[in-house]
Amino acid sequence: MKKSKWSLLLTIVLVLSVFLSACSGKKEEKANGNTSSNGGGSKEKVLNLMETSEIPYLDNIMADDQVSLNLANNVYEGLYTLNEKDEPVLSGAAEEPEEKDGGKTWVFKLRDDAVWSNGDPVTANDYVFAWRKAVSKDTATQYSFIYQVAGILNADKILNPEDPMYNKTDKLGIKAIDEHTIEVKFAGPTSAKPYLKAVLSFPTFYPQPEKFVKEQGKQFALEADKALYNGPFALTKWEHEKGWVLEKNDKYWDKKNVKVDKINVNILKDEATRINLFETGKLDRTSISAEYVDQYKDKKDIFSTVPESSVFFLRMNQKNKALANKNIRHALDMGWDKKQLTDVLLNNGSVPAYFLVPSKFVNGPDGADFREKNGDLNKGDAKQAKDYWEKGLKELGVKKLDLTLLNYDTDTAQKDAQFIKNQLEKNLPGLSLKIKAQPFKQKLKLEENMDYDISYAGWGPDYPDPMTFVDMFVTGGSHNEMNYSNKKYDELVKKASSETDLKKRWEMMQQAEKILIEEDAAISPMYQRGYAFITKSNIKNIHNHSFGGDYSYKDWDVE
Amino acid sequence: MVRFVLKRLLYMLITLFIITSFTFFLMKLLPGSPFNNEEKLTDQQKFILNEKYGLNDPVPVQYLNYMSNLVKGDLGVSFQYDNRPVSTMITERIGPSAVLGVEATIIGTIIGLILGIAAALKHNTSIDYLSSLFAVLGISIPSFVFAGVLQYYVGVKLGWLPVALWDGPKYHVLPALSLSVFVIATVARFMRTEMLEVLGQDYITTAKSKGLSNLVVIWKHTIRNAMIPVVTILGPLAINLITGTLIIEKIFAVPGLGFQFVSSIQLNDYPVIMATTIFYSVCFIIVILIVDILYGVIDPRIRVAGGKG
Repeated sequence: MKKSKWSLLLTIVLVLSVFLSACSGKKEEKANGNTSSNGGGSKEKVLNLMETSEIPYLDNIMADDQVSLNLANNVYEGLYTLNEKDEPVLSGAAEEPEEKDGGKTWVFKLRDDAVWSNGDPVTANDYVFAWRKAVSKDTATQYSFIYQVAGILNADKILNPEDPMYNKTDKLGIKAIDEHTIEVKFAGPTSAKPYLKAVLSFPTFYPQPEKFVKEQGKQFALEADKALYNGPFALTKWEHEKGWVLEKNDKYWDKKNVKVDKINVNILKDEATRINLFETGKLDRTSISAEYVDQYKDKKDIFSTVPESSVFFLRMNQKNKALANKNIRHALDMGWDKKQLTDVLLNNGSVPAYFLVPSKFVNGPDGADFREKNGDLNKGDAKQAKDYWEKGLKELGVKKLDLTLLNYDTDTAQKDAQFIKNQLEKNLPGLSLKIKAQPFKQKLKLEENMDYDISYAGWGPDYPDPMTFVDMFVTGGSHNEMNYSNKKYDELVKKASSETDLKKRWEMMQQAEKILIEEDAAISPMYQRGYAFITKSNIKNIHNHSFGGDYSYKDWDVE
Repeated sequence: MVRFVLKRLLYMLITLFIITSFTFFLMKLLPGSPFNNEEKLTDQQKFILNEKYGLNDPVPVQYLNYMSNLVKGDLGVSFQYDNRPVSTMITERIGPSAVLGVEATIIGTIIGLILGIAAALKHNTSIDYLSSLFAVLGISIPSFVFAGVLQYYVGVKLGWLPVALWDGPKYHVLPALSLSVFVIATVARFMRTEMLEVLGQDYITTAKSKGLSNLVVIWKHTIRNAMIPVVTILGPLAINLITGTLIIEKIFAVPGLGFQFVSSIQLNDYPVIMATTIFYSVCFIIVILIVDILYGVIDPRIRVAGGKG
């Protein structure tokens, strides 16, 4: 009896060890040489890169996050692609569109040498299929709004559950004229949207092979071999939660200009691990946070900072009586040192913001950066802040103010908020600022309900135009979330959205920004985010996009 | 024995039902939606998205739908990862987590037992003090500290083993070691205490006076009896490790389940939260059952027939 019980124990141990060895055996088979290319010469050029998360969507229409969008930008292709200066250049379209109906219709000739990775040609119908899929309620992609941004005919009605045209996707303004020609109809004049071609470079506008997608059904784009690729690279291996491999797409029409043969991407969530892998040569490039910047910033051949187009700012909720006072808002905006925040705390290439529309984001009709004319707004000092503060307190008839700062719950945001609290409490006597950190979703909810005083918020562009920032604060806008209302501002934004004189349009947006910040101090801009990177010195031609996918690996090279 | 197991299985189902229902309603109290660009969605978009995933229905209806699908074995699809079936997501990721967990448990138990037994037999000697010191450190220092130290010194400075990633047996060494420290410490501590207690029992004195050799006394009468509490804690400990550990998997870039559970909660990925909870509960309940059965194997004094567990 005793013996049999011991043998039970033995059996369990045996089963476990068989299980164990079976699993590790499989892993061994899968493992293959992560050989780095650094030898150079005629050897194949390999990049070893990283992402911080698994690919959420390989389906370009569903893509709504940095990882998916970046992948889509490299394995698929639409009518336009962004070049190193973020200008839209022809890719899937053979030539610039022929304009009809006074610019309300564009007719695109497609490249006839563009094919999917199975050899099928990319046809006009693939575009029609994909665009209709994108606005369908069954797809329900979070980026469907970009069809409204582009002003594709009927997109707003098809996407509105209360409209009789809701979900009638065949009413969308796109038609196949012949196998390689599409006709796109717009709701308004295209000349009012200088950013239109850049928007068309967004992955939600890429074609999809109808026949293949329908064959795959629910399996479409769930694995590397369940999708077809028409971009410079093809996804050849995808191990969930571990990483994936991109290889040069042999069927790509412009493959002679693709320099890199293979890109290994590992999912690395921990920063110290990324640095250790970089140090041991297993990783070619990684972003680094403030605490590592000092260690690397003098190594000029590997260190770089890249400005990004996201702007962070303090929302001031005007439902709060004190914050409805313009002088108080001015004081809160000027009462802390923005430069110290970016240079000491963030230390990653972020720059202090005295604006809403970021710098190096878009150029106007005159070719100049949006910031060139508007410059820095409300760049005051502590003394000015104090004057505003005292005036404001007097108007309110109080001596003290207790306010709460709603914050993200991340470590860096906590440090930022603590810094701002110290500065403001020092410079604005009588102020007591409490910090309330909340998980992201909870913070969003409080903002949506306008249940906060001041909040640490941010905004990244949805399309390459100042309007993506400026129209956020119109009265009653769904992203206003702070009860801000200024008739002059509303009117400028409204006019600018339909103005076809691009110079006037530009000036209207600049004027609106001035009202928002200089006149009303509706928000207190904090910083334009930057990233610090370390990159192996033999990797060349890296550039990043301020919109859509971050990178175009097509241009990258390994020496 | 068979009746005992059947009865326990029935209890297991009831427990599972309660856990599932409880989690479902608790989860619905989480603020926000499962959509990652929530701050940018318009009300119309939110409506369309909720419609697609059946989130416009009242919560009780959602609950009934979920339970009826669950009975059919359908755990639903993830919000976060493009309609990927949740069951596939778990099976894809449990492999590495389980391998790592089993490795850490085995290493930890073996070393822990040796340390614990040695400490008890050499009570109040330097071996005992060293073993106790190790146990205290192992329990109080979090595993990510060991992981960071091992990764930096063994991986980067010495270059003996890979820094991270998951490509073959040698990639397992550092994460398994980091994870096992806590197991070693826990097992050693329990084993030492229990051994000391058992060694003071009358039957040990009897056994010794009967003239049994030291080895027989220790092996047959001391260690087996002292094992019982160790087995009790080992079950839950192993399950914690096998179902994935967020931090160690993150540090060594192990493609396991640990991260999935945490991120699904942060992102309100309801089906994944539910499925991982159910999965975890099932593992846990099964292990508790196994532990109960093992009691009988190790210690014949414990009879399970009348036990309610």
